[in-house]
Amino acid sequence: MKFEYAPAPESTAIVDIKPEYELFIDGKFVASKSGKKFETINPANEKVLSRVTQASAADVDRAVKAATEAYRKTWSKLSGAQRGKYLFRIARILQERAREFAVLESMDNGKPIRETRDTDIPLAAAHFFYHAGWADKLDYAGLGDNPKPHGVVGQIIPWNFPMLMLAWKVAPALATGNTVVLKPAETTPLTALLFAEVCQQADLPKGVVNILTGDGLTGAAIVNHPGINKIAFTGSTEVGKIIAKSVAGTKKALTLELGGKGANIIFEDAPIDETVEGIINGIYFNQGHVCCAGSRLLVQENIKDELLEKLKRRMSLIRVGDPLDKNTDLGAINSAAQLMKIREMAESGDAEGAERWSPQCNLPEKGFWFPPTFFTGVSQAHRIAREEIFGPVLSVITFRTPSEAIEKANNTPYGLSAGIWTDKGSRILWSAQQLKAGVIWANTFNKFDPASPFGGYKESGWGREGGRHGLAAYLKGDFS
Amino acid sequence: MRLDVRKTYKLFIGGAFPRSESGRSYELLDAKGNFLANPALASRKDLRDAVVAARNASEKWATASAFNRSQILYRVAEVMEGRREQFAAEIMAQEGLTKAQSLKQVDEAIDLWVWYAGWCDKISTIYGSTNPVSGSFYNFTTPEPLGVVAVFISENKSLTDVVHGIAPVLAGGNVVIAIAAEDYPLSAITLAEVIATSDVPAGTVNILTGKSAELAPWVASHMDIDGVDGSGLDAANYEALKREGADNLKRIQRFKSVENPQRVLSFMEHKTVWHPIGI
Amino acid sequence: MLLTDGSESSIKSFLKTLSPVDQVGAEARAAMLATRSIKTSSKLWAIDTAISMIDLTTLEGADTPGKVKALCTKAVRPDPTDNSVPHVGAVCVYNDMVKIAREHLDNNGGKEIPVAAVSTAFPSGRASLDVKKQDTEDAIANGATEIDMVIDRGAFLSGNLGKVFTEIVCIKEICGDRAHLKVILETGELVTYDNVRRASFLAMAAGADFIKTSTGKVSPAATAPVVLVMLEAVRDYFQMTGQRIGVKPAGGIRTTKDAIKQLVLVNETAGPEWLDPNLFRIGASALLNDLLMQRMKMKNGQYSGRNYVTLD
Repeated sequence: MKFEYAPAPESTAIVDIKPEYELFIDGKFVASKSGKKFETINPANEKVLSRVTQASAADVDRAVKAATEAYRKTWSKLSGAQRGKYLFRIARILQERAREFAVLESMDNGKPIRETRDTDIPLAAAHFFYHAGWADKLDYAGLGDNPKPHGVVGQIIPWNFPMLMLAWKVAPALATGNTVVLKPAETTPLTALLFAEVCQQADLPKGVVNILTGDGLTGAAIVNHPGINKIAFTGSTEVGKIIAKSVAGTKKALTLELGGKGANIIFEDAPIDETVEGIINGIYFNQGHVCCAGSRLLVQENIKDELLEKLKRRMSLIRVGDPLDKNTDLGAINSAAQLMKIREMAESGDAEGAERWSPQCNLPEKGFWFPPTFFTGVSQAHRIAREEIFGPVLSVITFRTPSEAIEKANNTPYGLSAGIWTDKGSRILWSAQQLKAGVIWANTFNKFDPASPFGGYKESGWGREGGRHGLAAYLKGDFS
Repeated sequence: MRLDVRKTYKLFIGGAFPRSESGRSYELLDAKGNFLANPALASRKDLRDAVVAARNASEKWATASAFNRSQILYRVAEVMEGRREQFAAEIMAQEGLTKAQSLKQVDEAIDLWVWYAGWCDKISTIYGSTNPVSGSFYNFTTPEPLGVVAVFISENKSLTDVVHGIAPVLAGGNVVIAIAAEDYPLSAITLAEVIATSDVPAGTVNILTGKSAELAPWVASHMDIDGVDGSGLDAANYEALKREGADNLKRIQRFKSVENPQRVLSFMEHKTVWHPIGI
Repeated sequence: MLLTDGSESSIKSFLKTLSPVDQVGAEARAAMLATRSIKTSSKLWAIDTAISMIDLTTLEGADTPGKVKALCTKAVRPDPTDNSVPHVGAVCVYNDMVKIAREHLDNNGGKEIPVAAVSTAFPSGRASLDVKKQDTEDAIANGATEIDMVIDRGAFLSGNLGKVFTEIVCIKEICGDRAHLKVILETGELVTYDNVRRASFLAMAAGADFIKTSTGKVSPAATAPVVLVMLEAVRDYFQMTGQRIGVKPAGGIRTTKDAIKQLVLVNETAGPEWLDPNLFRIGASALLNDLLMQRMKMKNGQYSGRNYVTLD
């Protein structure tokens, strides 16, 4: 007899996925004039979950008009305290329906239920709670007295944390008095559509939140719509630059939360077992589909062998498989396209002479899967050390001295996150000071909180999300 | 009658006052249309040199203590005070203002340095934060300098606008490449002379004179410039700057000519640090 | 492999080579493992495994021969209505009860069940080494084949590591091949995980066959993160020396859920080799009945009640 973990699948009975979804505009689900639909699938088994609408430029126009009307007639007329109450309501409903959101997110995205249940959805609700309390305290946001909202905000979010990114965008926008036109990612539209129902349950005034499903064309129509006053985008650096160029000639404000190639620096005196957990959490959390992932492991050369032995042992315990199984640690890659990209990057690692290692694991036949993987023998020049892979692939690089570690860590156009593992307090503060990154995790990794500002240096983006600093993205001060 | 000794207005790069490497200059007329000077007409290579000088000076200025930066900015004000007459004369010549009006502007400019000097060691206190995150973690956010910032000086007031452009960027720990307003290079270069003698490390402030429209595309596309204050550019040039500057996602802003801590913060990044709390 | 020659300086320098433990990270890992759920078919096996790992314990001032005998009866046949239930791992009693326990077990079909004695001035350990030695000698002479000794926490906390080490070495010498030595760290008094890790290594280097969390008289006792840290220590010690040392959490493990969480910790931290009564024991008393009730639920499909399992 062996000790075996149960397939402990979370029941899908709690979710009610409709065969088709319309667009959410002006408080109602409405059909697109284009009539175009596309499928969204469960990446763990490739089964079609539903068909959602491809919003056209005309639909974007309708949504912007609704948001503008809502801004003029209702939302901007409300006091901050009243706006805040709507956000509190939304937060409560998210908590009440948390399990439903968690299961739906896991099905549409492929991420493990353990993560949607314990991280994505509770944090999304927390984000609404946190920002609800800001709505009537904006004079304290640090932008001077009576800062003003932009008006209509266009928001485009990625597929890696669909509901959480929605909360990161919608909660501060509404708290600061803006109205929203939001586009969820093409491959993960379902929780955003469920959120539309939450807005209805909360009696949020019509047009304050509009949700348009669609692909990059819909996103471009939002970015380029003249009625939009501000764009907030989370996604790749490549698309971020295109958006920055598109809005350059307009009065639109812009915040960007883009890619990263985070260095996770391990010094010789690190608390080794917790460090191994931190490395795992840094790169295998959410299948590595994390912009702030610790995708470059910078390990002090004198402990490399010991650390990698421990890492290998720990990686062999990672449970890859059915995302709805409560024991699953690593779920499905979100899409066939992303899987191809990860494979291509890993193959470039092989081709450039790095050495690949993965634990023995049986991947399911259907669906998109990639085993937890690391490469050793990686140098700064390798593609896998420079380009964002956005998958469960870690590049191991060694260093000899603290200065060398920092130099290598900073030697990237990105600047989103970094990790430091050492038992020495002064070294932590020194390293944190030297690292050019917006979020530094010392002796921990991939922690998020609505009170904690998040965002990047350099090509990792513009602006912050969360905390008091995040409010600046949605308010205008009287200086520019 | 003694023939006066005229001054040659040159560039300010890396603590030195070179002529443009291109050998170019342009004729500057005073407010009445009479010849005033032949200031240097900076080229893209002068810009390139200025960026190198600035980058080399960046770490020293960024890691100087806030108190130290504050003292140095105050020192600039002190040294300016001794040159009030010279600054006033240049304002009168360039802008055609009265002596009284010009002196008032000088005073305003000096006081602006004093104001920003005081910000150096307050900005993190006021705009940083400790964040009450869930779980056993200490979490704080602190603003840090961006690095190298190019500033296109506005052209409303020949001297004050130079200070509006430079002082807040310095206060935040950034190094500066200022592109003077085309019509008002004298105030900028005389200010450079003050800066050169006020303990500001060489390369921390670099000042180019010439045509901002000519330099703007090179500033926009330069991958080693982290931020740009485009206040001195017209709408078309500013738009182009924003478009081309997106290649390395430069932080690009423009401001009204007002004193505001947001001018400091606009060229700072907020860094958030997490650490567990445990025994 | 000799990790230290037993001198104060050598022990100290050896313990300094150990990696520190981050409290928050260790607790997060333990909490994550607590969310694992195991297969129904594995669960019955897990319950039986847990029963076979129990050091069924009574350590009261009010212990009497009658109480100890009843405990021994329960140890041999935990569920009188079901012979498929395995016997427990050992019976754990105070020294003066060893002989009674041994005889009662021998006479009631429990010859293969060892008697563990808590020796060395349990639970405080505040006695001279001579008394501790005599205490141990006594227990073995009366039939104990497992000795649960306490370390001198005062000495450990004051930095007198040589004393802690020497005492373990001396007791181990007395045990020889007559008894297994379990060394109780009393982690609730060591307080930090760094101390737990250091004390674990110190005990193992001095000759412990088992490292045990607690006496059961101090709270907190066998918390999941403490057990995690000790399991990491035995795993690392095995890497260094090739020798497998056992772990015994004791105190605070009362429910089947708690016990299964412990087994998950073992499986994922030290590895499946440790899922064996020779390498993992659980010091408990009330736990046994909860395991039995769960076992009945699994067999009959209905929840059991406290009157359907025997007291003792």
